[in-house]
Amino acid sequence: MSISIRNISKQFGTFQALDDVSIDIPSGELVALLGPSGCGKTTLLRIIAGLDYADRGQILLDGDDASARHVRERRVGFVFQHYALFRHMSIADNVAFGLRVRPRRERLAEAEIRRRVKRLLELVQLDWLADRFPPQLSGGQRQRIALARALAVEPKVLLLDEPFGALDAKVRKELRRWLRQLHDEIHVTSVFVTHDQEEALEVADRVVVINKGKVEQIGTPEAVYDHPATPFVANFLGSVNLFHGRVEDGHLHLGEHALALGAGGGSEGRAVAFVRPHEFDLVPGWHADGGLPARILRVAAAGPSAQIEVSRVDGEVIEVTISRDAFQLLGLAEGDQVSLRPRHIRVFQAEALAA
Amino acid sequence: MSTSIALHAGSLERAETASTREPAWAKVVLISVALSFFAVFLLLPLGTVFAEALRKGWGAYLEALVNRDAWDAIRLTLITAAIAVPLNLVFGVAAAWSIAKFEFRGKRLLITFIDLPFSVSPVISGLIYVLLFGAQGWFGPWLQEHDIQIIFAVPGIVLATIFVTFPFVARELIPLMEAQGSEEEEAAVVLGASGWQVFWHITLPNIKWGLLYGVILCNARAMGEFGAVSVVSGHIRGQTNTMPLYVEILYNEYNYAAAFAVASLLALLAIVTLALKTLVERQTRRQLQEIAATSESET
Repeated sequence: MSISIRNISKQFGTFQALDDVSIDIPSGELVALLGPSGCGKTTLLRIIAGLDYADRGQILLDGDDASARHVRERRVGFVFQHYALFRHMSIADNVAFGLRVRPRRERLAEAEIRRRVKRLLELVQLDWLADRFPPQLSGGQRQRIALARALAVEPKVLLLDEPFGALDAKVRKELRRWLRQLHDEIHVTSVFVTHDQEEALEVADRVVVINKGKVEQIGTPEAVYDHPATPFVANFLGSVNLFHGRVEDGHLHLGEHALALGAGGGSEGRAVAFVRPHEFDLVPGWHADGGLPARILRVAAAGPSAQIEVSRVDGEVIEVTISRDAFQLLGLAEGDQVSLRPRHIRVFQAEALAA
Repeated sequence: MSTSIALHAGSLERAETASTREPAWAKVVLISVALSFFAVFLLLPLGTVFAEALRKGWGAYLEALVNRDAWDAIRLTLITAAIAVPLNLVFGVAAAWSIAKFEFRGKRLLITFIDLPFSVSPVISGLIYVLLFGAQGWFGPWLQEHDIQIIFAVPGIVLATIFVTFPFVARELIPLMEAQGSEEEEAAVVLGASGWQVFWHITLPNIKWGLLYGVILCNARAMGEFGAVSVVSGHIRGQTNTMPLYVEILYNEYNYAAAFAVASLLALLAIVTLALKTLVERQTRRQLQEIAATSESET
């Protein structure tokens, strides 16, 4: 089922939680709503589900306006951040709940319900926990049961609120791969909310970046990462180094130094530029013809790549990441002079940052 | 988080050495003060009630309880409780529900007013109804016209009892429901449950121990209330006499043995209430711990 979010606005008192948000989600896609906490992403998810109401705008489910439709009739599955399992019911009863509360004439036979619960528990690979109670389960197990319970009613749309937020790092990684696989198997249109850019980039087909109640950018993970539309997106996705300068005749001028911008180097004037740590080349020594002169402050070379902190002449600290082998070949040590040559610079007009 | 606190507390206990401990005599004095207070002001009167009741033997004791007036008083007390407790159960759940699960204007005010019956003297509670429904009260003339008797009759007693016992259930449930939040209810609604199904299958099982606790306390007060009921009752023997009022009448008539016999029934009720309360309290505490444990492992 496709979801169409049209001009949704929502206010809590004087706080504008959502401001004219429009997103189209085609059927079968797995979409991440990504943004810092308090950006309105969970509110949007709850409005799609019908747990909250928008002040303005429409939610279309498969082209039909669902704004007036009750939560019960929207056929959505919702997985809560803290799972919201029914603590006094066994795991099997939790999963069966949605099937058992149906009106009598629509209800399946009890044997069929049991069969389906068993199948769902197998799907989430926890059929051996059927008779346990929620407090006896680990966080990751509870999350999967919450998912099985949501899927039991065969929802047309699956909504997940920070599905991995409450789990520790290792389980989180495992579970999000598993969610991606599950989605590839069952292909239900899914929307999940997260503040973790790594999670959004890894799992989603498309990422919607939200900030202060507004959509900043919608695109594939590659698109939002490589071609951020706004300074916020550039800043929020992964770590970046920020430069303030001027764009003139195809160069970014930073104090007395200039960096060549490639084709389409942006409009002239005051600008901010972003360079990701891994987009620098390091050249030993200072060179008049290219690169920013700097000095190596600190090197952390444990792990697959070397994290290098360098300081520019004016004292500004820049983070650089290069592969450990490359770093060893350069034979550099702390205190050495280097030139920084960015392979890729994203330039925004300075006004865009303030906005 | 909690483990570290627990460990910390544990080490504190162990760290309690001679330098931090109170001297032995202080401990002895404090404990004996507490125990003698308990004995003199709580245990002794309770014992006296039963001793006085049985002073003239079992025969007199039973006689005091099986006569018609006593029986009527017991019956009226039971009827009053049977009406007031279920009504306050419904009111209490409704009030707690609206406070814990909704945001609305005047919520703070409602929470404050729920406690009103506790903070106001029971006599005032009774007077309110006399002023409203008495012969000279606001609705008095209208009630007389329609031949409806509220004050000096059973309806007045029930009303006063409802007022006095209103906070018990609500106050017990509000913190419990606030701790539980409404995620489970929301989950149930998304899964297609109707309002009633959510209440029966999700909310009620989650609050049942707290609810029972509130009902037990509410019942004890409903049966034992004296002040408010005394104002609206009119003390008509066999008609508007509840057990506490009957005890007073017997006492004023110097019929001590009978007064204490009826009082012993009320005392017995108190003891049973305490026992039940302790049992249920254990369950509620376990439930709160479970909530704490679940939310802890989630964060």
